[in-house]
Amino acid sequence: MTAKIATSTALDTLGRLESEAIHIFREVAGEFDRPVILFSGGKDSTLLLHLAIKAFYPAPVPFPLLHVDTGHNFDEVIEFRDRVVAQHGLRLEVAKVQDWIDDGRLEERPDGTRNPLQTVPLLDSITQHKFDAVFGGGRRDEERARAKERIFSLRTAFGQWDPKRQRPELWNLYNGRHRAGEHVRVFPLSNWTELDVWNYIEREGIELPDIYYSHEREVFLRDGMWLAEGPWGTAREGETLQRKVVRYRTVGDGSCTGAVESDAADIHAVIAEVAASRLTERGATRADDRLSEAAMEDRKREGYF
Amino acid sequence: MSDLLRLATAGSVDDGKSTLVGRLLYDTKSVLADTLDAVHRASADRGLATPDLSLLVDGLRSEREQGITIDVAYRYFATPKRSFVLADTPGHVQYTRNTVTGASTAQLAVLLVDARKGVIEQTRRHAAVLALLGVPRLVLAVNKIDLVDYDEVTFSRIAKEFTAHATALGYTEDAVVEIPVSALAGDNVVEKSANTPWYEGPTLLEHLENVPVEPDPHDAPFRFPVQYVIRPRTAEHLDYRGYAGLVAAGTIKPGDEIVVLPSGRRSTVTKIDTADGELTEAAAGQSVTLLLADDIDISRGDLISVAGNEPKVTDELDATLCWLAEKPLRAGARVLVKHGTRTVQAMVTELRDRFDEQKLSSVDSPSSLELNEIGRVALRLAEPVPLDDYSFSRRTGSFLVIDAADGSTLAAGLVGAPLPELDAASCTEGGDIAAQDDRALVSPGP
Repeated sequence: MTAKIATSTALDTLGRLESEAIHIFREVAGEFDRPVILFSGGKDSTLLLHLAIKAFYPAPVPFPLLHVDTGHNFDEVIEFRDRVVAQHGLRLEVAKVQDWIDDGRLEERPDGTRNPLQTVPLLDSITQHKFDAVFGGGRRDEERARAKERIFSLRTAFGQWDPKRQRPELWNLYNGRHRAGEHVRVFPLSNWTELDVWNYIEREGIELPDIYYSHEREVFLRDGMWLAEGPWGTAREGETLQRKVVRYRTVGDGSCTGAVESDAADIHAVIAEVAASRLTERGATRADDRLSEAAMEDRKREGYF
Repeated sequence: MSDLLRLATAGSVDDGKSTLVGRLLYDTKSVLADTLDAVHRASADRGLATPDLSLLVDGLRSEREQGITIDVAYRYFATPKRSFVLADTPGHVQYTRNTVTGASTAQLAVLLVDARKGVIEQTRRHAAVLALLGVPRLVLAVNKIDLVDYDEVTFSRIAKEFTAHATALGYTEDAVVEIPVSALAGDNVVEKSANTPWYEGPTLLEHLENVPVEPDPHDAPFRFPVQYVIRPRTAEHLDYRGYAGLVAAGTIKPGDEIVVLPSGRRSTVTKIDTADGELTEAAAGQSVTLLLADDIDISRGDLISVAGNEPKVTDELDATLCWLAEKPLRAGARVLVKHGTRTVQAMVTELRDRFDEQKLSSVDSPSSLELNEIGRVALRLAEPVPLDDYSFSRRTGSFLVIDAADGSTLAAGLVGAPLPELDAASCTEGGDIAAQDDRALVSPGP
């Protein structure tokens, strides 16, 4: 038992990140009654699901999936979402923001964006299904308020995050104790960077929706971002639709998720582009994070991821 | 050489930690243009002439308002040589618990002092916490060196005083490096400074890129806390029964004899499984699934150990606690102890001593342990648990103390007494601490 192993078998950065994420999934499976994985079909949640599958192999993933659907999604992503769910024999719950708007629990915002409207359907679904652990694909490198997030993040019965009341997270011992009605958000990708995510997607050969790779699309320029036409609206006066070769770095509500001009048509080209990029993925493509200096912190406090 | 270094920063409030971290990110070009634009805008809004690099790090509104860091922030940067995971921990006394958090997983800590003030109370406290938690290497960044006119004598005096303190805490001299820096001006952070011709050592980044990293404890005896039992019950895997976990220490191969604790039942590993196929060997840090030759009762909370070199199984525990809660600890307290994957009820039967990190001495039989205090206690556990000393293994020698009523984490627990025992009589407040009791000297290690 005292033999030293060769350094070549030591874990590399991706191996360490994978091992850490698998450990987190198994801790939650061991300690919580009703966990759920947030799954939108985007790259981070697809990666999350891939890691969950590896954590419980050869048994099936012992959790259902939940998608809070703004109704402003890209068709390609919804098609991909449903195909992945069917392929792995998983159970998917969908909370449609439209249903909340239709019965008056939510009101459409004047600017038409539905990202901030996701919080209420998310919290309602957590309460309705009595979910006690909710896996999200959030990473600490995304944004300053997320940099202070724990891997196990305790939320009140109102889903709120109080940064000053977060528990110290020591060693790899996670404290998931919570009172009835409270829940814990769990972030297995906390320590991954955007580049780690793409390098791992390449290494594992993980399939993603096509819109992450370059394609031609009708887009218009607003606030320095290329937005696409969709159910969320189209070009306003002074904005012109034009055909561009673009791809998406993040996938969210179409009304506030911009495409970037890119000819990166495959994973190798995307990695080269991400490595050379001078913009963060949220800064480049998410209008919702530009609202104020503390936009993400405010949304997190309200119960957003 | 390892391609990943986990490090933590520590230092008192206003020593410029956030600025130093901002400088590291900025000078390694880890800050992307839009983030930088936001910092430029916010700095201009505040009427500052130059960008305030601390804004890169201080993410919460109350932090920016008060100009201090409140919570641990994790930062990621990379150079061609290494990737870094940096835990930036706050310096304010009331947030020392965050230093404990950052230190618990760090392989190196950067401790800041203000060159005008030198080694102060918080420096000693933080160094003691870092030593206690077994952070293997320290860097003392003597910051604001520009404000003492890049004076070599001032730097040498601070470096000498700190080395004495660190040595008394159990650090060897080659585990501690002092560097004169100005985070604001950039001296010796990434670029070598022309203002300190008398300093011949590495810049901070050069040191971080080249410092040896203590590997996972591969050559320690095998330890494997069972997280979850994998039973697919599918036609293809009808009799599959695998024990999932992360190897905490050592290595394991098929054919190795193991013992399951606390039951003491023995078996042999038949297979090491992963989603990528079987392994011929698994080592510390890897998440795997073990299959055994015998159908014995094993569940979450059990520890699989190599046979013949097992941890002691006991319901009496001597431990050191870093008390992290507002309400004080008193003898007789009923708590939960989370060790590995097992949580048991426990009672604190005795407060043995309280560590005075200023004098590096201890006070016997204190009536309580207050927030941020460190002390040795005796615990009685409701059931026997397999325990290693913290100085033997950070992963299997550590535990959480949890409030059974509200679930909060009350303390970081370390099995045994990882800090060296010190001779109080030879320690003076000024910090000239050469003499020590070397009988019980334990070097800080993983």
